[in-house]
Amino acid sequence: MPTATYDDTTVPVDDQGFFTDPGRWTEPMAEQIAREDGIATLTDRHWIVIRFMRAQYEVKGTGPTVRILGKTSGVGVKELYRLFPKGPAKTAARIAGIPKPRGCL
Amino acid sequence: MGHHIVILGAGTAGTLTANRLRRMPGADEYRITVVDQDDDHVYQPGLLFVPFGLAQPHHLVRSRPRQLHSGIDYLQARIEQVDPAARTVRLAGGRRLSYDVLVVASGARLLPEETEGLTGSGWGENVFTFYDLPGAVGLQHALERFDGGRIVIDVADLPVKCPVAPLEFAFLADWYFRRCGSRDRVQLTYATPLDGAFTKPVAAKVLGGLLERKGIELVTEFNLGEVDGRGGRLVAYDGRELPYDLAVVVPLHGGAEYVGRSPGLGDELDFVPVDRRTLQHRDHPEVFAIGDAAGLPASKAGSVAHFEGETLTHNIGRFLRGQPLDGFFDGHTNCFVETGFHKALLIDFNYDTEPLPGHFPATVGLPLLKESYANHLGKLAFEWFYWHSLLPGRELPGIGGQMPEHGKQRVRT
Ligand SMILES: Cc1cc2nc3c(=O)[nH]c(=O)nc-3n(C[C@H](O)[C@H](O)[C@H](O)COP(=O)(O)OP(=O)(O)OC[C@H]3O[C@@H](n4cnc5c(N)ncnc54)[C@H](O)[C@@H]3O)c2cc1C
Repeated sequence: MPTATYDDTTVPVDDQGFFTDPGRWTEPMAEQIAREDGIATLTDRHWIVIRFMRAQYEVKGTGPTVRILGKTSGVGVKELYRLFPKGPAKTAARIAGIPKPRGCL
Repeated sequence: MGHHIVILGAGTAGTLTANRLRRMPGADEYRITVVDQDDDHVYQPGLLFVPFGLAQPHHLVRSRPRQLHSGIDYLQARIEQVDPAARTVRLAGGRRLSYDVLVVASGARLLPEETEGLTGSGWGENVFTFYDLPGAVGLQHALERFDGGRIVIDVADLPVKCPVAPLEFAFLADWYFRRCGSRDRVQLTYATPLDGAFTKPVAAKVLGGLLERKGIELVTEFNLGEVDGRGGRLVAYDGRELPYDLAVVVPLHGGAEYVGRSPGLGDELDFVPVDRRTLQHRDHPEVFAIGDAAGLPASKAGSVAHFEGETLTHNIGRFLRGQPLDGFFDGHTNCFVETGFHKALLIDFNYDTEPLPGHFPATVGLPLLKESYANHLGKLAFEWFYWHSLLPGRELPGIGGQMPEHGKQRVRT
């Protein structure tokens, strides 16, 4: 199992860099993961999405899709793409330290 | 005649559920009422063939109550709302039904108006969907008139019904224009929000390979944000653009509208969250969901409704007798994928096992994940099977609800 080091802590991740153990994530790690995904600084709007991702994961066991994020996070789909240009559902999940969202079939 | 079972929807899932319940031992101890808003039961898998002139629209439609066994009540009315706390259903016109068990089988709804510009300029002219009958017929005329250019087939977002149908459309479009001798004047592009041709790696590789062999461009991770009908381009949320002369779009899907109006019944997309194994509602034990209406990590397909039917009716029987539920659905899905030139391939999978090569239902049988004429015949035979076996709620000899392990080859990607 690969690992990554954020905020001086080594954590297990999958081969695409998603946390496999969300309990190991701490808020200070987020900025550094975000920079790896090309996001220089995290704004309040980013944080709304990141906290929402974690809350959803707690309840549902998987991160939401972009469409559900747009409907329920308080940040619309267009803005989500401005905040996370490489794809909101995946990027925000990685930054929020939760596993890769399960797609639908 | 003690208990009342109310089934919302008389499509694939509602019809087969009612018929299976009617035939169950002890059926004289409950009353079954099925509600639907119209009398047009469409064989939806046939919609794929309409645009290519391979199916006649009026052959795909039959009466809903005629598919129900005698002793089942059919009510034609629009469902307005469910009150799970009071165990009642409100219908248009103010009529109310009380239930002891409720089965939500109201399917999925197409939501083209939720994508910016999709139903605007060009809709019904050079922008279509084949996911409903009027759209499929309109597309047939558009294909007849088409004299060259770029056709983009786009899946707006998941979940959609029968996620292989858009791929099949692309394969059949290739066949259609080759047969007409005009394939060199047609560019075909298949755009999907997924990172490959299909969700699961082994099948994605096989289906992606087929697209390539047929000269169909694959565009991945394309999340449709806007249709610019005047400019003739599909625009993704990330800014990428796909110009088209003819766009075939599978619109966003959601559950039935009344689900959203019913407190505590559905999820964000108006699908009904039920236990993936027992099909029972998380918060209301007397509520079950089946078919496309269910919020499950399984495909939205008629074959899935068929396999779920066995679990669901068994569990409803247990529930009515006050026994713990012991029927378990494994996510079994089985789809013929039409690939053109009188061939099809077959995929068979469940929650835990992705589509694999091999044979179905056992080591001797139809080839899996491989094109063959036999599978094409299977696809065509499915229509007969649908009306005469699946809807009446009969089992197919040798094919049970659980996915067969036998005959599948484990492979590495
Ligand atoms: C183009 C296409 C190709 C397909 N190909 C295949 C295939 O090859 N194999 C396969 O297995 N599956 C295929 N499918 C999928 C399959 O048709 C569906 O999964 C299946 O029909 C779902 O059944 P259902 O009963 O859940 O929904 P439906 O059959 O859609 O029934 C839902 C019913 O609920 C009723 N309803 C909804 N809201 C209300 C309301 N408010 N009041 C009253 N009534 C209401 C509707 O009128 C409808 O009759 C295909 C689908 C499409 C669109």
